[in-house]
Amino acid sequence: MWQIFWKQFYTEGAYKNILLGLRNTLVIAICGLIIGIAIGTIVACVQVAGRRNKVAKVFSVAGDVYTGIFRGTPIVVQLLVFHFIIFASVDIDGLTEAILVFGLNSGAYVAEIMRGGILSVDAGQLEAGRTLGLSYPAAMLKIVFPQAVKNVIPTLGNELIALTKDTSVAGFVGTIDLTVAFRAISSATYEFIVPYIMLAVVYLAIIIIFTVIIRLAERRLRRNERK
Amino acid sequence: MKENKKEKTPAVAPDPAALIEVQHLTKSYGQLKVLDDISEKITEGEKIAVIGPSGSGKSTFLRCLNVLEDPSDGHVFFEGNDLCDLKVDINLQRRRMGMVFQQFNLFNNMNVIKNIMLAPVHVQKQDLRKTRTKNFFTRIKNLFRKKDKREPLINYGKTLKQIKIEARENALRLLERIGLADKADAYPSTLSGGQRQRIAIVRALAMNPKVMLFDEPTSALDPEMVGEVLELIKELARGGMTMVIVTHEMGFAREVATRVMFMDGGKIVEQGPPDQVFESPDNPRLKDFLSKVL
Repeated sequence: MWQIFWKQFYTEGAYKNILLGLRNTLVIAICGLIIGIAIGTIVACVQVAGRRNKVAKVFSVAGDVYTGIFRGTPIVVQLLVFHFIIFASVDIDGLTEAILVFGLNSGAYVAEIMRGGILSVDAGQLEAGRTLGLSYPAAMLKIVFPQAVKNVIPTLGNELIALTKDTSVAGFVGTIDLTVAFRAISSATYEFIVPYIMLAVVYLAIIIIFTVIIRLAERRLRRNERK
Repeated sequence: MKENKKEKTPAVAPDPAALIEVQHLTKSYGQLKVLDDISEKITEGEKIAVIGPSGSGKSTFLRCLNVLEDPSDGHVFFEGNDLCDLKVDINLQRRRMGMVFQQFNLFNNMNVIKNIMLAPVHVQKQDLRKTRTKNFFTRIKNLFRKKDKREPLINYGKTLKQIKIEARENALRLLERIGLADKADAYPSTLSGGQRQRIAIVRALAMNPKVMLFDEPTSALDPEMVGEVLELIKELARGGMTMVIVTHEMGFAREVATRVMFMDGGKIVEQGPPDQVFESPDNPRLKDFLSKVL
């Protein structure tokens, strides 16, 4: 069965498709997380500010609706809705669409992560900043936020890992990702064992690499605490 | 529902002689009244020790003085400015009111010198930016004015670099004063409680405050380290700094304070010079309190 797989993989040129799929999977996961962090941070800041500011309160309700919808529906359903309803009449390629949907989806999770991170910083830190004459936004930006980010790195890493694995459903909207590429081999050869085990191994390898990178980043950020 | 809201007590013009004046200060959390209609004046140079049992509202009273806690009713005047008035820029007033917390609250993400430099650099940078913006608009307006009617530009006198250098020098001088200059690059998590609290005090001093508010500065410290912190506060007191200290250190209160306030149930029950309060207390609640703590 190895020969069958190898023939399809190398001689028939399926590896090109797999490399494309690998690239797409990584691009969707990383760009999705970047968009997610951008959206999530804004939503979290608005929600935290909403506890004391009436204008921000209005936006914070909008943020609640957003997180509610995107955390409350499966990612596959979101992909389908965007593909067949929202972008039905727009000419947009599958990759961009997937990045957008995964970005919006992870934004909802990151918003909660960030909010937790901000709330986990001791209230005394903000008070100390305020008593020194810093305004609320300045104290948040210079004192609370850097500490919140440090607290949040492990959880964000978790989000990146979850997101990477979630991209395996990006094929629903016609994007060639890893899963689609390997499935193509198995359906061309009627050979299932090797392609799917290989697929699992590739995902595992990606996740292990991400985990190591996150650990290093975390250690680097914590380094200055004990010196 | 606005009709139901209780009318706030109108402010009376503050006494110009008082540095801080509190009028009918009330703070309640729901049904619980933590501060009950306190009116008090603090003049420059006074060192006030606030004592009392836990839950008597000492800390809340102190936190209301720089409106860290929003009063439910009443007014707090600092140098004639009503801090409860939303038109008054509270950040501008707080620059000149230093505060020291029980839990130190040093910024964990910065080393010691940055902790001290942060506020002076930040506020001066803000002022610098404001003058620059103002100058920019005057310049544009000047284009349309006759030569003799042009408005002069404001000179802030310092560049950003100078601000930073000055703040750094000042911070190092302050650290030198408390003997911690070698810890300038250390992070707060590596310091002892006493060191942290002394740094928190000089951090507040870096803003050249007119008054210092101490919220139980030694309550979270090991007994060993209480002395070094109290010594620094005493030194400040000798330097003539106006201060309000909430404390459980009766001996210290007696030594440093020019006036002692005893609070109970959200009211200042008795106050006076330390000798009078400690030697011949009138109030039975104060007598009871002193018999337990002395």
